[in-house]
Amino acid sequence: MSTLLPQLTAKDFASDQEIRWCPRCGDYSILAQMKKVLPELGIPREQFCFVSGIGCSSRFPYYMNTYGFHSIHGRAPAVASGVKLANPDLQVWVITGDGDALSIGGNHLMHAIRRNLDINIVLFNNQIYGLTKGQYSPTSPLGSKTKSTPYGSVDNPLNPLSVAIGCEATFVARAVDVDTRHLAATLRRAANHKGTSFVEVYQDCNVFNSGAFYYASKKGEKEENIIYLEHGKPLIFGKQRDKGVRLNAHGRPEVVDLSGISEDDLLFHDEEAEDPSLAFLLAQMRHPEFPEPLGVLRNVSRTVYDQAVRDQVSHAKETLGEGDLEKLFNSGDTWVVEE
Amino acid sequence: MSVADPPASPEGRSKEALDTVVIRFCGDSGDGMQLAGTQFTNVSAVFGNDVSTLPDFPAEIRAPIGTVAGVSGFQICFSSKDIFTPGDEVDTLVAMNPAALKSNVADLKRGGTLIVNEDAFEASNLKKAGYDHNPLDGDEALAAYRVHKVPMTRLTRDSVEGLGLSQSEADRSKNFFALGLVYWLYDRDSKPTEDWVQTKFAKKPEIAEANIRALKGGSNFGFSTEAFTVHYEVPPAKLAPGKYRKITGNEAVAMGLATAARLSNADVVFSGYPITPASDILHELSKFKHFGVTTFQAEDEIAAMSATCGAAFGGAMAVTASSGPGICLKGEAMGLGMITELPMVIIDVQRGGPSTGLPTKTEQSDLLLAMFGRNGESPLPVIAPQTPGDCFWAIQEAMRVAVEFMTPVLLLSDGYIANGAEPWMVPKASDIEPIKVDFLTGPNVGEEFHPYLRDERLVRPWAAPGTPGLEHRVGGLEKKDGTGNVEYSPENHQHMSDIRARKIANVAEFIPEQEIDGPESGDLLVLSWGGTFGSCRTAVRQAQEDGKSVTHAHLRYLNPFPRNLETIIRNFKKVLIPELNLGQLSLMIRSKYLVDAVSYNKIQGKPFKVVEVLNKINDVLKS
Repeated sequence: MSTLLPQLTAKDFASDQEIRWCPRCGDYSILAQMKKVLPELGIPREQFCFVSGIGCSSRFPYYMNTYGFHSIHGRAPAVASGVKLANPDLQVWVITGDGDALSIGGNHLMHAIRRNLDINIVLFNNQIYGLTKGQYSPTSPLGSKTKSTPYGSVDNPLNPLSVAIGCEATFVARAVDVDTRHLAATLRRAANHKGTSFVEVYQDCNVFNSGAFYYASKKGEKEENIIYLEHGKPLIFGKQRDKGVRLNAHGRPEVVDLSGISEDDLLFHDEEAEDPSLAFLLAQMRHPEFPEPLGVLRNVSRTVYDQAVRDQVSHAKETLGEGDLEKLFNSGDTWVVEE
Repeated sequence: MSVADPPASPEGRSKEALDTVVIRFCGDSGDGMQLAGTQFTNVSAVFGNDVSTLPDFPAEIRAPIGTVAGVSGFQICFSSKDIFTPGDEVDTLVAMNPAALKSNVADLKRGGTLIVNEDAFEASNLKKAGYDHNPLDGDEALAAYRVHKVPMTRLTRDSVEGLGLSQSEADRSKNFFALGLVYWLYDRDSKPTEDWVQTKFAKKPEIAEANIRALKGGSNFGFSTEAFTVHYEVPPAKLAPGKYRKITGNEAVAMGLATAARLSNADVVFSGYPITPASDILHELSKFKHFGVTTFQAEDEIAAMSATCGAAFGGAMAVTASSGPGICLKGEAMGLGMITELPMVIIDVQRGGPSTGLPTKTEQSDLLLAMFGRNGESPLPVIAPQTPGDCFWAIQEAMRVAVEFMTPVLLLSDGYIANGAEPWMVPKASDIEPIKVDFLTGPNVGEEFHPYLRDERLVRPWAAPGTPGLEHRVGGLEKKDGTGNVEYSPENHQHMSDIRARKIANVAEFIPEQEIDGPESGDLLVLSWGGTFGSCRTAVRQAQEDGKSVTHAHLRYLNPFPRNLETIIRNFKKVLIPELNLGQLSLMIRSKYLVDAVSYNKIQGKPFKVVEVLNKINDVLKS
């Protein structure tokens, strides 16, 4: 089927609109990788729909030459649910940010994920409100000094991956804006997952929160701070690949030097584990205490909401026949008034 | 002899013919009064009476047993004439406990029949109802009524004896005993109810048997007791010839949507969140999947409205339903639907407000919310059905306007017509005009697609995702006319605001002219809207019969108003606007037409009584 489609390129997915993000914003990189990945999926351009809420990241649909809906603050997952229910053949992407998805829109995010609608949610996490010029967000670290927290924030932040896993997401991954090859691979896998895929992207807001993720993005530094997850492989990291993560006697992760330890004693990644405990444990590994995992934390299969909805409709049509209005109008007790 | 056995002899009873009767069943909210009322309605409708009902129940599922707060009532008016309301005063009141008596007896007509379950009038129930003595013991206050003290609890237990039921199970059939007694009193055929019981309790044959025995027990009690010396008959009404069924407003909305889905070339996607009194629409629709209806129970009202915008963008006829508190939450997303110019219908089944207000009671106080409850300049068409059966047509009309004009449309139903029932002439599917959906299939400006290129009515095209070559973006930001690209310039915002307002104003050219009931000019125009149709129409007809120069105009289109409304208004010396709010239509009419309209407002969670409107008509004519 895909061979019959005209070969699309990244250019085909670029809209004619001038991009209005700040120069060097991490969003540019994510946009570029998206445009690169979509042509590879073998899906016609008119079958893509991008839905967003409000925030810098939510301008994304305007820059994609696909169907797009720039909706209102926090509601993108709900809008996307409507799009998908009305038009289930579309590949629907939700583009959102930390404030949009986890603050004002937390409820919708939770419910889209637990329903396991076949949509892809990409959360650009820059730990700050950029569009409103620099207030702390629900992912800003404790103590963040921002316009609205001159004495430091006292709110405990949310961990987006923990939220998604807590909602029993069937696909959970993390990538970094400038780590382009890994980002593209992650987006590709998200696109191909049946059910809700949730991808957190560490995105640098170089104006209001510059360098928040340098530990995970800067060459020479990141190698000590991140672990690329691979299904079935042990957790190994470090410039020299000389460190690993294993579970201690209490079942908690600990970083170990590989010099005196066999690889077999390390924690092995299993993204397909039905039980979300491992994924949650990985999500809880935070810098600087632990290297932070990048890649797919969880990838399992569960009934897809929109498919189940469609199945119910076809089942109703099979068992009851196409709706018969005469029968419907005449259902219940009727009586005739004679001339 | 058990009371469920047939009585020995039918002698000594006389039958009186009546043309209109109002009955009210009331009791504890666990007493099954809604069920008794619904059954009486069905039986009377099938018999051929015109019927109109008013269910009245507490917001609590089970308020404390025996208290006034927990009283649930169901009023039905049935007639051999054409009627428009459930009646002002009650002819026969069935009260299952002291609290029900206390809170309902004031509506019983002097000389009316009062049937009470005297077994329930014991000390603790009397105390809970706030009586310091038993009103059945020769109370002066009840002297004006024909009181029948019936030991219903005991007689029901006798009727079901031998079925092996526990006492509490047996007591649950009391409502059927009461129903059977009233069936006898009004010469109703209990067969449809017996059939219903058999089907409903097919899996619990002993409960079915108990209910049927209680029903017969009640009927036999009426028959064999000396106390009921007269029983009554209400002959069938002379409705227009045709086939009828009983319908509530919420059922009619659901059927209207199934019809729209089946007859048009687009499916219906309904997104809702449970809320009284709108939830029944979701319940009914969820059974209609084979008609092309998808239902989505969203996580909240905002999600339901957002999903409705998404579904409209996706190419479905998108609908949501709620009540006032939910409509408030939906406001921002309704604005999104408005600025993106996508077709959808928002149903507001109005209830008493503000805030949580009176969830189970009726009111017309969301008109201004529907008109202005969004930020920015955001006019939307507003349509109001006038009777339960009219909801079937009004929802289709709302959807037609939405699709024709690419705009969200508000349908203002209310608790009274949503839950109330009336006979409804069954339409023929082939007589119903399908809603024609025109999806654009290719570029509209050379090789390009301009999503906001407008036709002569200022309406933009609808392009469903999946159509090659029409990829486009919509959103909540102000957009340039034509291309739809984001555009903040002052001139463009003025232009777009004007265009959007003019487009909605143009709907007036599409909708029919306002009809009137009565002469084209005269002393008084009664101008009403929505669910008050029955009371206002009846009151105006009575005033006309009394020789008064009064005409009735009942508005179905609240925004824009019908194009001939101003002419109608100017032909009358005075205008009276009765509303179940503090004067919302009145505000709109006064400001739009600069006419000194008189408001008549009631805000008690109850519909108008005919006599209330009639008295007001006479007052205004005198002044």
